[in-house]
Amino acid sequence: MEIKILESVLERNNKIAAENAKTFKENGVFVLNLMASPGAGKTSFIIKTIQGMQGSFKLGVIEGDIASKVDAEKVQETGVPVIQINTGGACHLDSIMIQKALPHFDLKNLDLLIIENVGNLVCPAEFILGENLKVIILSVPEGDDKPLKYPLMFSESDVIILNKIDLLGLTDFSLERVYQNIKGLRKDIKIFEVSCKTGDGIEDWLTWLKERIEEAM
Amino acid sequence: MHEMAVTQSIFSTVLDYAEKNDASRVLKVNLKIGKITGVVGDCVKFYFEVMSKGTLAEGARLEIEEVVTKARCYSCGQEFEIKDNFDLVCPNCSNFGAEILSGKELFIESIEIERNLVENQNRAD
Repeated sequence: MEIKILESVLERNNKIAAENAKTFKENGVFVLNLMASPGAGKTSFIIKTIQGMQGSFKLGVIEGDIASKVDAEKVQETGVPVIQINTGGACHLDSIMIQKALPHFDLKNLDLLIIENVGNLVCPAEFILGENLKVIILSVPEGDDKPLKYPLMFSESDVIILNKIDLLGLTDFSLERVYQNIKGLRKDIKIFEVSCKTGDGIEDWLTWLKERIEEAM
Repeated sequence: MHEMAVTQSIFSTVLDYAEKNDASRVLKVNLKIGKITGVVGDCVKFYFEVMSKGTLAEGARLEIEEVVTKARCYSCGQEFEIKDNFDLVCPNCSNFGAEILSGKELFIESIEIERNLVENQNRAD
């Protein structure tokens, strides 16, 4: 006999993500799910964001990596609470891992939680965590064709950070082409051009982010 | 790449429904997978076979319906299918850029099970 199920494969992940989102809202925590390829500059971007917001906002970070705590140690130097999740091989974070990490934070004392997902442009796109915004970093050396190669990731995101723009002249990367490729997928998406090395563009990003946080709270 | 986690999720949902419905065996699992998800059907089948060994779902056949990627042109509104090369040029007006309408599906449609004989007899009585 046939039994109808009609359930998303990711139903369990989605349910727990909704629970996480509720917990965040109740505690007044705004959450970013930061995704990118390995080496796009996720950790540097987090550190720049922390430096720009510390003082007026209370921040926390979850670092997702297959192995090591290299990133967590770097972020820890800024003084914000950091939890490292080692997925032990899994190529993405899921909502259950986040749920388990939350008791390690004093959520009442947090305004912004940044989750650094595992470096990968494929798998993290499917697994929502309970975040307010999905942020993708695309760095200049990766090439301007990435949005077309990883359409799911780019079509699911809320904001795109073009990082390492200080390297523009050294590569074939074309800003015009990347904008076309991104906007071809998502007409109204927000894009920031930054360099974590020179600090260019970071101020615009921070201003925009602060507005989103204030809007949500 | 994420097929392992996806299959784990499919497997536990299938077992859950099979047990709830007094199945003695799961014969078939009907899945819908959108092309843009990048989930590879053959990988899912392989993992499912490994995971289901010694359970109600051992030997179940996975029927995977692939959902094509459809999009609506941002310029003229024409709906068209996006092929593997992910070309976003509208076949009608030749403009670049379209909103994705389908292809992100990832769900379990149904399962086909065999019920316990005792159960069937009770029903017949």
